[in-house]
Amino acid sequence: MAAVTEAPPLAPAPEKKPPRKRGRLVPYWLLLPGILWLIIFFALPMIYQASTSVQTGSLEEGYKVTWHFATYWNALSEYWPQFLRSVLYATAATVLCLLLGYPLAYLIAFRAGRWRNLIMILVIAPFFTSFLIRTLAWKTILADNGPVVHTLNSLHILDLTNWLGWTAGDRVLATPLAVVCGLTYNFLPFMILPLYTSLERIDGRLHEAAGDLYAKPFTTFRKVTFPLSMPGVVSGTLLTFIPAAGDYVNADLLGSTDTRMVGNVIQTQFLRILDYPTAAALSFILMAAILVMVTFYIRRSGTEDLV
Amino acid sequence: MTKDTSGDVRLSGISKTYDNGFTAVHPLDLTVPQGSFFALLGASGCGKTTTLRMIAGLEDPTSGTVHLGEQEVTQLPPYKRPVNTVFQSYALFPHLDIFENVAFGLRRRGIKSVKKQVEDMLELVQLGEQARKKPHQLSGGQQQRVAVARALINHPKVLLLDEPLGALDLKLRRQMQLELKRIQTEVGITFIHVTHDQEEAMTMADTVAVMNAGRVEQLGSPTDLYENPQTTFVANFLGTSNLIEAEVDSKSGDDIVLKAGGGKLVLPEARCSAPTTTGGKVLVGVRPEKISLTHADDAGEIAEGRNRITGRIADSSFIGVSTQYVIDSPVCPEFEVYAQNIDRDARLVPGAEVVLHWNPAHTFGLDAAQDIDAGVAEVEEEAA
Repeated sequence: MAAVTEAPPLAPAPEKKPPRKRGRLVPYWLLLPGILWLIIFFALPMIYQASTSVQTGSLEEGYKVTWHFATYWNALSEYWPQFLRSVLYATAATVLCLLLGYPLAYLIAFRAGRWRNLIMILVIAPFFTSFLIRTLAWKTILADNGPVVHTLNSLHILDLTNWLGWTAGDRVLATPLAVVCGLTYNFLPFMILPLYTSLERIDGRLHEAAGDLYAKPFTTFRKVTFPLSMPGVVSGTLLTFIPAAGDYVNADLLGSTDTRMVGNVIQTQFLRILDYPTAAALSFILMAAILVMVTFYIRRSGTEDLV
Repeated sequence: MTKDTSGDVRLSGISKTYDNGFTAVHPLDLTVPQGSFFALLGASGCGKTTTLRMIAGLEDPTSGTVHLGEQEVTQLPPYKRPVNTVFQSYALFPHLDIFENVAFGLRRRGIKSVKKQVEDMLELVQLGEQARKKPHQLSGGQQQRVAVARALINHPKVLLLDEPLGALDLKLRRQMQLELKRIQTEVGITFIHVTHDQEEAMTMADTVAVMNAGRVEQLGSPTDLYENPQTTFVANFLGTSNLIEAEVDSKSGDDIVLKAGGGKLVLPEARCSAPTTTGGKVLVGVRPEKISLTHADDAGEIAEGRNRITGRIADSSFIGVSTQYVIDSPVCPEFEVYAQNIDRDARLVPGAEVVLHWNPAHTFGLDAAQDIDAGVAEVEEEAA
């Protein structure tokens, strides 16, 4: 009797086919919200901006598409210093983020032990405050009579940075140094998180294996740890560089008219001067420039088969 | 001619206690002679891997010293020790191809022309064709051979193998056991092999140390360990043993006569590792394949001088080369007997009354003060 009741019920055979057909469509249904989102909030605005960038006219008479590509050339020739500055500041901030973030990510991944979660929270904690407020806080930190400027001054570091052209006089605020510091601070977590993720994924036995095969600790880092963390380095630098290159808040709050970045120009063109075609053209130039640099960078770093 | 001892591994009083107070290895003395294939055998958590890692320098011993040949290496970091390790799950560098994985050790020691050596080594492990592939493109068995090649190319004085075959399926494992044994004979360096698989340890190693709870229970050749276990753990962990509680009755010549149940058993004194005083308790052991089964009706035909026990067949299972019986006897509720399928007696079916008998020379005696089932659970755990 028991054997009969315990026998597994026969699977209803004819039901097999229909779910298969419906199953094939399921992935597309799941994709739909994302695709719609992208179309509405990314593709359509892009097309709209692209058309804006080749329009001429004025606010009073309205704008018309006249395929006026000269706007691009005019924008570039007028604002190339701001472009160059953006790339420079973003590169400097990215390098600083990497130099500051790598040791910290390494520490969290391999040495932090039970402190790991606490340090991670500390890394992410600034995100709980608004971007603007954090940047404004740097205004206080770097204030002319503040302790930072005072210390740098008494250690004669300001003389050095003055000589390098990073600061001017007895001030840090309203100088390139302040803007780069602000960018570095604001985007540091975007560097640390991907670095940590890729370092943490490295099998600890690989370090032991390298040591066992005569690699000194630093050689182990150079030949094993660092190459294996390349996916994190690449995504970290991209996540830092791309938003930093387009940022305008840091240059606005911590900089001066001499530290204007292309983001500031775009913002001014859109919101103050109301020259929409130039602003749109600038946006597209920035996007194209970043795309080219990023493509070149990814090709060079050769991380395709590591990811 | 003096014997080369540069590949000797000598552990003196070495122990490891972790920060959390757990002692993985109790003070241990061990000498592995140059050129031997040495196995550390035990269940998981017995301290065998910790011992190996202390030899490699990956773990700092809490006390004691490690010598390689005449050189003390206790304080040396791993990259300065002339030993190499084949890691469990291999730890191949995923970003380097097979060639560069194998060349890694040579390059770190500043050797410039590595091509010839690496190619020869890849030939030895039959992977010449795969040199430019990445580790993840190889099968488990191939990865395992890369791991061996990567270690051996450095001509270490000692090769340490940490469960190197654990991730392979049974058939491949048997094949790699023979392969490793062949390589060891060919290169002639000391191999120290950590494993939980007693069959693997016995087929490959010339000396086996059985470890349990951070201590070496017994050390010897596989035959010696199997035929002459000194503790119940070894008796049960290495193969199967039938253990009977008996009382010392008297001595006659080189033999001890014991009382078990209603009958008497004879045990050669040389094969008893426990103290024997008249009236004292001893555990008497015998391996299942040493025992013959005779139906109770034919008991008269059994030769004189053999140890005998009566019982009833509780279960039998036919496994091809032999038939395994479980016998219910007054001295031991689950007596195991493996009988070769040569002349099968049709009467030997469950329920039949039988006499078990064996040559007293195959009997061994153990101290009765230990757990009679030690090692049984570990075997079951590893099999699961």
